[in-house]
Amino acid sequence: MHYDVVIIGAGMSGLAAGIRLAYYGKRVCIVEKHYRVGGLNSFYNRSGRKFDVGLHAVTNYVSKNMRLAPLPKLLRQLKLKPEDFALCPQRMSVIRFPNKILRFNNDFSFFVREVTDNFPREADNFQKLLKTIFDYDELNLYAKPRSAREILSSIFGDPLLIDMLFCPLMFYGNAQENDMEFGQFVIMFKSIFCEGFARPRAGVRQILDVLVRKYKDCGGELRMRCAVRSLKCAHGRVESIVLENGEILTADRILSSAGYVETMNLLANHEPAHFEHYAGQLSFVEFILVLNREPAELGYTATITFYNNSDKFRYRKPEQLVDVSSGVVCCPNNFQFDEPLPEGIIRITNLANYELWNQLDEQAYKAQKGACLEATLEEVMKFIPDFRKHIVFTDIFTPRTIYRFTGHINGAVYGTPHKVKTGKTHLENLFICGTDQGFLGIVGAMLSGISMANLHILQKT
Amino acid sequence: MTKEQIRATILEIIAQIVPDEDLSNLKGNIPIREQIELDSMDFLDIIMELRKRYGIEVPEDDYVQLATLDSSVAYLEPRMKNL
Repeated sequence: MHYDVVIIGAGMSGLAAGIRLAYYGKRVCIVEKHYRVGGLNSFYNRSGRKFDVGLHAVTNYVSKNMRLAPLPKLLRQLKLKPEDFALCPQRMSVIRFPNKILRFNNDFSFFVREVTDNFPREADNFQKLLKTIFDYDELNLYAKPRSAREILSSIFGDPLLIDMLFCPLMFYGNAQENDMEFGQFVIMFKSIFCEGFARPRAGVRQILDVLVRKYKDCGGELRMRCAVRSLKCAHGRVESIVLENGEILTADRILSSAGYVETMNLLANHEPAHFEHYAGQLSFVEFILVLNREPAELGYTATITFYNNSDKFRYRKPEQLVDVSSGVVCCPNNFQFDEPLPEGIIRITNLANYELWNQLDEQAYKAQKGACLEATLEEVMKFIPDFRKHIVFTDIFTPRTIYRFTGHINGAVYGTPHKVKTGKTHLENLFICGTDQGFLGIVGAMLSGISMANLHILQKT
Repeated sequence: MTKEQIRATILEIIAQIVPDEDLSNLKGNIPIREQIELDSMDFLDIIMELRKRYGIEVPEDDYVQLATLDSSVAYLEPRMKNL
């Protein structure tokens, strides 16, 4: 079977790219190895309940008249209406460090006041940072990588403020340990602080359903449970795509959202060691707790809390199974929905070590999940009213789960720290989109698929 | 198509891409993107829409020819006169 374009992976970026290409008349096939779409942002059912994976909140939430902002831009590109995603804004989110709290909502001036009030000596410096951010062209695909930590350290005197700014931006999209590429910092800063959080009441499946329907309406083909075994190359290009079931596809161009190293590993006859150093290290555990109360009834009204309970915020692969001293607590109930969710839900995310989880045998794996849950609950009780007796159901996923469902090496949620911004590979008709291209978050992922489809396919033919 | 029809077609395509923009005062000799909020992705969609509807291929190097309404009409006229 021959296509104009084969897209590997039906996540946010692959689906968005697929919509663009199919809408403009390309013969497109998306191959997805899982039985469900979404990739890093997906969902599952357990004991009659629906759970999200990945998505805590959609970032980049702005009112629809801010037309040049990323979210309206992407809706326009996908020929979707703002109502299609049914986004409901957050209430209030919190960055919580020992002895210091910064709150933010979807009104950026509120956050500026919070920083100014809590760090009066840094008020002018914060304005300096904002100027640097707004002067920076984060969409320039050819910009030289710069260290955000170096830039922030040259602006601020108080390291606490630097870490408090980093904390949410790192947890929501950073593939690098302890530092962040400045372009990525700018993307995340704008998407979280300047714009904001929202969530569809139905969670991530609302967005995925809309994308899949649009893609199919445009004539795109979607093949589920259809893994790629290898990409056969000759003369500097991919000649054919060999599927797990033995079938062979050909395509003028291939857009892979499987991750950079993961895509390179699909190339027949390549030297895997050559690409090894590019693999990301940062993975997470997530604890999903269903409560028989709305968390607000128990006195917890924050939408998302980014916390660090230790002296120094460390964003890196922990030396133990999980690092509960910092993390993210998301309460999906605390968005401004018209109608409350059926049950209370608290999701806690912590940094985790893939190798250590992977070494455990089944029995130890189960036991450790329980032990880590107890540890993280103990930690978050320092700032959330004790809800433990209201827990009616628990589910936990680990770096192992992430690897199984996304194929990301090391369960690295945000992929490689070495982003391939141009999307180009050494093969002339193979391109990268999604996490490893480097636009972050759900909106970023979709924009990545759109940009790469525009740049390498629609503009070229 | 006549020049007037081509102009009307371009305006209609722009209106479809950015429905909330007022296009009634759009000047023919000033770059479109200086008059209305249209980013490079929107601009690409004008070209894509021309291809989708009329099979007109505008090579990347010629995108600059579509900067103003007048230059677009001039560029597209030989390509659309027989439609």
